Amino acid sequence: MEQKKQSLASRIPPKVWLLISFAVAMLVWYIMSIVPQTSRAFPNVVVTIEGLMRMVERGAFWQDLSSSLISVALGYAIGFIIALPVAILMAWYVPVRNILEPWIQFIRNIPPLAYVPLIVICAGVGRLPQVIVITIACFLIMCVTIYQGVINVDETLIKAARVLGASDKDIFIRIITPATLPFILTAVRLGASVALTTLIAAESTGASAGLGMRIRSLNNTFDAAPMLAYVIIIGIIGITLEKIIKFLERKLTGWQEKREI
Amino acid sequence: MAGEERNLIVKIDNVRKVYNTRNGEMVALNGVNLDIYENEFICVVGPSGCGKSTLLNIIAGLHDATSGAVYCKGKKVTGTGTERGVVFQQYALFPWLTVKKNVMFALEMKGIKGKEAEEQAMKYLEKVDLVKFADHYPKELSGGMKQRVAIARAYAADPEVLLMDEPFGALDAQTRTQLQTELLETWEKDRKTCFFITHDVEEAIILAQKVIIMSARPGRIKSIINIDIPYPRTQETKMTPRFLELKNEIWSQVYQEYLEVRK
Repeated sequence: MEQKKQSLASRIPPKVWLLISFAVAMLVWYIMSIVPQTSRAFPNVVVTIEGLMRMVERGAFWQDLSSSLISVALGYAIGFIIALPVAILMAWYVPVRNILEPWIQFIRNIPPLAYVPLIVICAGVGRLPQVIVITIACFLIMCVTIYQGVINVDETLIKAARVLGASDKDIFIRIITPATLPFILTAVRLGASVALTTLIAAESTGASAGLGMRIRSLNNTFDAAPMLAYVIIIGIIGITLEKIIKFLERKLTGWQEKREI
Repeated sequence: MAGEERNLIVKIDNVRKVYNTRNGEMVALNGVNLDIYENEFICVVGPSGCGKSTLLNIIAGLHDATSGAVYCKGKKVTGTGTERGVVFQQYALFPWLTVKKNVMFALEMKGIKGKEAEEQAMKYLEKVDLVKFADHYPKELSGGMKQRVAIARAYAADPEVLLMDEPFGALDAQTRTQLQTELLETWEKDRKTCFFITHDVEEAIILAQKVIIMSARPGRIKSIINIDIPYPRTQETKMTPRFLELKNEIWSQVYQEYLEVRK
């Protein structure tokens, strides 16, 4: 009996499972929109889309979306640009590692929302504090991940290259870079997810537009429909980024023996 | 040696290696002297921790000797060099390169590029019977195949001497005998100078002309046994009386050193 069930489950192709999963989610959403306790927060699909269209008509939606994407892209890019060299320096120079690592671990465990006020005091309101918050969060996660990758490069591979006559430059370009690439891509993926999860905190710095800012302001009027639409849109952006990066990972690091998380 | 002009490839001159550990100094090698001549096949056996790998790393130029020196064709070894190729126990293939490109890496480091490198790489892969797997990644190969690629790559660098650090140690018994046979056939053809480390006494005797037994720490050369079994040798050679006699003799000497280690 058990075995029969299993073989049936394994015969359904992944794409069909995706459809089933989607249908189940829509069903749960529909039930939530009927049950009185949850119906106020989860209006049904039609109402939610109407809520979103209202935001589009008001001209708020595209402004919010572009503002958030700009902040995320800037913070993410700057975070990566700083994280890459810092991670390599930490891996190569013990003093750099010993001074920086404890603090990176320390700050990494503080929720960004907690230090947002401090950043606002220093950087004022507007785009700058938003970018700073996302940069910090992205930098921390990407730095730790890339650093792990660089220190874990298999020493035997470096030795093997050296005995074949590779120079320091050859070893950096032809061994360390490709060996670290999987970790860099993992960092890029984790960074993207952190950038989005930090968005609400970043836009609580007195932003005038933004997906996160709008959710907070709609919260004040209990306007659930557009709020829910915004939440879903953040999720869609997140999963799209993840899929793109995963695709890149498969293309670039398919040679790996085991896959990382 | 009389009447025969022999080319000295590697001279190990009074090498001593001391490691600084938390518990003070640890002497890994002490007073090691050895000459390796062209076309020789030398196997080194000894208990684990006797410094066999350390010695190989010093010859390769991956480690420095604390005192004494290694000379390769008269030149003092101060670092790695393409005239000393190494085959590692862990294969050390570059996982992001295909089998062919792993071999090409060795050629490119020597300045051979493009089509020429590709053609030569295929030639070396033919030697280890892996032409069919030229475009595969290492992760798709078995342990034995990986090591054959590593051997092809080492050959492609065309070194004066091949240093092999327990190359078959991680393989199952069947694959190990297969690779021994292949290595024997290759060596009988081209007589590439080999310095081969193993903990397997049978493996040492079947392959080598000379077996070097190292003592327990601090490692030094305890004795050198000439293996007077003529080539070509096969796995059947392992059944011959002379083989068993040598095996007994070498094993009892190695065993004494094992007992030393256990003390």
